[in-house]
Amino acid sequence: MFYRDAGQYKSSYAADRAVFPLREDRIGLAVILLVAFVAIPLFAGDFVIKTVMMPFLVFSLAAIGLNILTGYTGLISLGTAGFMGVGAYACYKLTTYFPGVNIIVWILASGFFSAAVGVLFGLPSLRIKGFYLAVATLAAQFFLQWCFIRIPWLYNYNTSGAIEVPTRTLFGVPITGATAAIEVRYLILLSAVVLMTWLASNLVHGRFGRMWMAVRDMDIAAELMGIRLLHTKLLAFAVSSFYAGVAGALLVFIWLGGAEAGDVFAIRQSFLILFMIIIGGLGSLVGSFMGAAFISALPTILKFGLPAMGIPIAGATAEHLNFMVIGALIIFFLIVEPHGLARLWQIAKQKLRIWPFPY
Amino acid sequence: MDVLYKIFIEPFALMGSAPDLLVQTVWEGLVAGVLYALIALGFVLIFKASGVFNFAQGIMVVFAALTLVGLHEKGVPAWLAVILALVVMFGLALTIERVVLRPLVNQPDIILFMATFGITYFLIGFGESVFGGNPKVMIADELYLPRGVTDVEMLGGRVSFQHLDVAAAIIASVMIAALAVFFQYTRIGRALRAVADSHKAALSVGISLNQIWVIVWFTAGVVALVTGIMWGARSDVSFALEVIALKALPVLILGGFTSIPGAIVGGLIIGVGEKIGEFYWGGLLGGGIETWLAYFIALAFLLFRPQGLFGEKIIERI
Amino acid sequence: MTLKKTALGLALAGAIGGFAAPAAAQDQIYINHNSYRTGPFSGSGIPIGDGVKDYFALLNARDGGIGGVKIAYEECETGYDTRKSVECYEQAKSKGTVIYAPWSTGAALAAIPRAHIDKIPILSMAYGLSASASGQTFPWVFNPPVTYWDGASVFLRYIAGREGGFDKLKGKTIGLVHLDAPFGKEPIPVLEAFAKEHGFNLKLYPIAASEMQNQSSTWLGIRRDRPDWIYMMGWGAMNPTGIREAARSGFPMDKFVSVWWPGEDDVRPVGAQAKGFKVLTWHQVGQTFPAMQEIQKLVIDKGLSQTPRDKVGEHIYGKGIYEAVMISEAIRNAQKVTGKKVVNGEDVRRGLETLDITAERWKELGLEGFTSPLKLSCADHNGANPLFILEWDGTKFVKTSDPMPPVRDKVQPLIDEAAKSYATSNAGWPSRTETCDKAS
Repeated sequence: MFYRDAGQYKSSYAADRAVFPLREDRIGLAVILLVAFVAIPLFAGDFVIKTVMMPFLVFSLAAIGLNILTGYTGLISLGTAGFMGVGAYACYKLTTYFPGVNIIVWILASGFFSAAVGVLFGLPSLRIKGFYLAVATLAAQFFLQWCFIRIPWLYNYNTSGAIEVPTRTLFGVPITGATAAIEVRYLILLSAVVLMTWLASNLVHGRFGRMWMAVRDMDIAAELMGIRLLHTKLLAFAVSSFYAGVAGALLVFIWLGGAEAGDVFAIRQSFLILFMIIIGGLGSLVGSFMGAAFISALPTILKFGLPAMGIPIAGATAEHLNFMVIGALIIFFLIVEPHGLARLWQIAKQKLRIWPFPY
Repeated sequence: MDVLYKIFIEPFALMGSAPDLLVQTVWEGLVAGVLYALIALGFVLIFKASGVFNFAQGIMVVFAALTLVGLHEKGVPAWLAVILALVVMFGLALTIERVVLRPLVNQPDIILFMATFGITYFLIGFGESVFGGNPKVMIADELYLPRGVTDVEMLGGRVSFQHLDVAAAIIASVMIAALAVFFQYTRIGRALRAVADSHKAALSVGISLNQIWVIVWFTAGVVALVTGIMWGARSDVSFALEVIALKALPVLILGGFTSIPGAIVGGLIIGVGEKIGEFYWGGLLGGGIETWLAYFIALAFLLFRPQGLFGEKIIERI
Repeated sequence: MTLKKTALGLALAGAIGGFAAPAAAQDQIYINHNSYRTGPFSGSGIPIGDGVKDYFALLNARDGGIGGVKIAYEECETGYDTRKSVECYEQAKSKGTVIYAPWSTGAALAAIPRAHIDKIPILSMAYGLSASASGQTFPWVFNPPVTYWDGASVFLRYIAGREGGFDKLKGKTIGLVHLDAPFGKEPIPVLEAFAKEHGFNLKLYPIAASEMQNQSSTWLGIRRDRPDWIYMMGWGAMNPTGIREAARSGFPMDKFVSVWWPGEDDVRPVGAQAKGFKVLTWHQVGQTFPAMQEIQKLVIDKGLSQTPRDKVGEHIYGKGIYEAVMISEAIRNAQKVTGKKVVNGEDVRRGLETLDITAERWKELGLEGFTSPLKLSCADHNGANPLFILEWDGTKFVKTSDPMPPVRDKVQPLIDEAAKSYATSNAGWPSRTETCDKAS
């Protein structure tokens, strides 16, 4: 009843193939974008933007990247955080060498560097599959992490050993560095995420997406149908790492504004991003967002939201409780719907469509 | 040239001139390898029987050791603490089977993998809230683990064998032998192997999958407890140990996910390989290469044998 | 449908907009302090957290706060995770904390650029960015009483004293066992500079955070290289394992010196075998100080704290006390300088710059002989306090050396240079506009 597709006719192939064929979906999307672009910068405080929204967006982007590789192409990777790091360091080096070029250009360009590294570490995927490949990508994770610490050239020989984000401006407004207003940084981040999501959506709905999915479903069959495995798998690695790289650059430059990389690009992060896409839904862009919200924002909301609502737990106890609740919720959601939150959302939409009738 | 000299000549010259150090390095590698193998063994057991890639194995090691030490801290005598820790691990196996595995039966591997991550989170929170987050000292003396060291004069130098390490190697070997006997000759062991071969066939001859799962998870819990005691006695019982468990992953790809001998041989190769690599060649790159060397060793093997050293041959059909 | 969604969205936006809690009540001073009682570094985090918490509890219980104003003290759990530290920083800011103690180098680095904008002084006690000793460049960041660079220089001064002068260091080999992270690599430039000048060899033994409890190959390397002295930059689980491995590999404990972070719990398991192990530090240990006894009596016995009674006065706990004293004295100073009772972050910054804890003041605080006097100024945010050696005698730490001042004529140029390069690499770094108060 809420989701009535009756009366919405498609009169062209293009309309039929649209990503959002339903009017309700399009309106809903517009509302979400409106809230994200207007309401949140206006009404949400620094705290919410900095600790809930920005990490959510950064990790959504990384999750989309991994979803392209794992969800669409069926190759599990545990090196996402390493590839994010490559993006962050590439961006840092680029903006130090060419401070005149706008930082946004470099943030997007840094993705190409991590794409190159991703292709390199993606080569074994031709011979290795499944969990074996997952563990093989750990080599990338640990090796890259080691490089970030061990090669001082990467962090410009800073005594702090970390990326120190310089102030860079766009149209005279600072967008990185300490003086940049949080709302401005948020809007930049949001725009980047929206743009790249749109791009990803076009990719996965197009020829490449179909190739990837064919490989995922059965790579030998795909090969027999004339899909070149080498190209397809490496392309998936490249695109996925590109997204991870951009997410990493955004993480350091826009969100944290300087951080010790050994920490933010650690193995734990790789696992978390993998879990985001599993709980969100493999092979679903919406799922990437939902998963990122679940894994990244939920702990924060639990930690600070509960005391704010008057439930008096604090300090270490709250942290322990948090861990237990999140663990239990993960298991609960998997049991309720193993195909992820995205699938739950689909079922809900289906229910809404026919409500109040059972079928 | 200098680099080539440092790569190809100097390390071997050092091996030749100080063979005692080489022996010592290999020994340290073997000891570490035994412990990696133990963690990997826990993975393999579970993967064979239930097809679950158990991310929680590392935290099970910490949790088991923490239970043991925590109970002892609360005044329980050591022998009783060991028994109680075993009971807790059994309870854990039972709970996991009931709450996690049974509802998720027949789901894709990756979903079960994810579920074990939920278990990990839960166990971290649960363990810390019951026993506190501070690192604890393993009750090595109460468990009659030997202290001290034997220095052997050999090859023109001294090689020291920590009694604890010797004990760890012996205990691990005994446990692996016991497991082998258990799998080979008992009824449950045969049922277990049947399940590993084919779930459906096992079900059709009347083997209870649920029962097998509990047994396997409990066995993995026992292995985790032993591993936890050994690592704990070498350093401390703290949540930092969880990271060490990741070292079992290259062992797994080397040995194959389904092979118990593979886990052991893989563990030893990785242990010795990374210690020798770090000791003789690590300095070239500024040291600390141990974190990734194991993965590269495993990866190199993997490119030639994608199913691992002892894994079953992968046959692909359309 | 759309109406419903819009309403929902707006409600959601409103809900999340509203949950940053309002600032604390007006008749108290609010302090939000990072802690990590969970995670791999909890071994170091718990005693520090206990020390700070108990001292403020003591001030509230005994004196009714500072200058008659109650201290509202709150911990924020970070698990030594930069991400969570950022959350804690934002929370601390929104609740109006008067000081921010990051307790991790990563968290400090993330917060330093924001300090002058958010008007919250950052106190990173003997860790964090060494360059922040320069008050001219970092008016909002304080890292008393010493930097890691000072620490390394005192270590060299100490071993030079043992060997019979700096010139005797020629040809010796000195090993640095360090956590493979910016924190652990901090002393390398100082050690290298000295190595060049005095002709000793410096060997580095990095230990990755994931290998903290798996150090055997590092110590094999030490056996191979036979360094004459070892300096350790460890944290969390790395310390106990390092000490254990040193004992296992037969390294002479007497020649094994650590930076100031290992506590009794890290050494105790090794027991008598660790006899001779040395920690470089700036304050005494023990329960004999009146302040420690008051904590036991007025805080722990009253059930205001969960700290085990016998842990009071231990080494790392003492670090917590030291930091809490600095914060409370800075608040007291700020009250004096501004004449206000309830001070804010800006006032506390001024209080820190005029911090001057003399020997008499330490005595008044019930900590006579605990440490040396500390004096900060607008230019010097560090103090460069002397350090001494605590030696493990098999069961406890004992002080075995006189306080030794850092070699500041070597360290100061490094600090100035690092501060300058920080300001240039963070393009747009503001120059100091904060006025300087006279010490009161």
